[in-house]
Amino acid sequence: MHLTHAIEGGILTVTLDGGRLNEIGLPMLCALEGVVPLLSRPDVRALVIASAKPGGFSAGADLRELHAGLTSVDGAPEALGAHARALFDTPRTAARAGASTLRAALRRRDPHPLRAAKAWGVRAFLDRVHAAFDAIDAAPVPTIAAVHGVCFGGGFELALACDVIVADKTARFAFPELRLGLIPGFGGIPRLERDLGNSVARDLLFSGRSLSAKRAHELGLVAQLVAEGRAPDVARRLAEQTTRLDPHTLAVAKAFAKPIPRARLREEKDRFVELLGRPAVVEALTRFVEAEDAMPYLPPKDARPAPRGVS
Amino acid sequence: MSARADAVLDRLLALAAERFGKAREALAPEDDLFDALEIDSMQALSLLTALEETFEVEIPDYEVQDVRTFAELAEVVASRL
Repeated sequence: MHLTHAIEGGILTVTLDGGRLNEIGLPMLCALEGVVPLLSRPDVRALVIASAKPGGFSAGADLRELHAGLTSVDGAPEALGAHARALFDTPRTAARAGASTLRAALRRRDPHPLRAAKAWGVRAFLDRVHAAFDAIDAAPVPTIAAVHGVCFGGGFELALACDVIVADKTARFAFPELRLGLIPGFGGIPRLERDLGNSVARDLLFSGRSLSAKRAHELGLVAQLVAEGRAPDVARRLAEQTTRLDPHTLAVAKAFAKPIPRARLREEKDRFVELLGRPAVVEALTRFVEAEDAMPYLPPKDARPAPRGVS
Repeated sequence: MSARADAVLDRLLALAAERFGKAREALAPEDDLFDALEIDSMQALSLLTALEETFEVEIPDYEVQDVRTFAELAEVVASRL
């Protein structure tokens, strides 16, 4: 079980409850894909996404799964197709993308051809994440993220896909991806730009720093700031209010007020996958996987960046 | 340590002790805060939130990245007042 859901009074409440802190890997994605179709049901008038984990909303993408996906297949290139099928459950597209990338990597004498190909296999997973997040973003009903505690990386991206973020005072938002040699890959950059503008997006991306709920509220990222532990209640009351309005008018208003930046989303996926094949990313993910700390995002004190052009 | 950091340190120790169930007098300025409070990085993040709220400042994570002691943390907070 990675989430629970219930429909009551026209409100679909999805409560994330998987892994250590709702990491978004294949099991969580499958669970989200299971509830997305409910958004089209006529008796569903609003969506609230909350978390049952005391630590927060979500720590982001499942980096352990990602690391395993990039490093677990050693040996023959033909193992790639089987690996892609097992991990991403999208046999034809993943295997085809992986195989053609592998051929290209071998042609250009890439020192890590299999790793490059596996990175492109991840594309199939990203496509599914984007499809689910886009469906939430474009849902014909109001969608509300009720956030507390940690809301990092992919979790932040899920919250940004919602129409409104209600956060309690413990919430903190961050994109730590650049500390791992990556960029957000679940649509975070285009959606943050849409809501806050590019300068704030750059500050958060380039520093990896986290924003408190209070600061996020001042910036306009958080629509409603509430007392500790109250975000789900307040989100539900807001959802109830929206169910009193005409659903067609709401859908028209939402489509007009919240266009989906599709071209930028596609571009972000491409950039993410390009970065993923680099040895520096695998090394950073390995450090993450081997760390004992709960959030080992910070580089070691003595770490020095590689010169430009060195991966 | 500056007078401003001294004042911050006092409130910081009281806040940390209350938040993580420690006796105020058991915490010393030069203690390693992770060891003294028995906290991990996620709990440290909640301390950061509490400090930002109490002192009405914004403290970027990277400024506390190398901080180990309460006194060092107080200096960072004081630099933002």
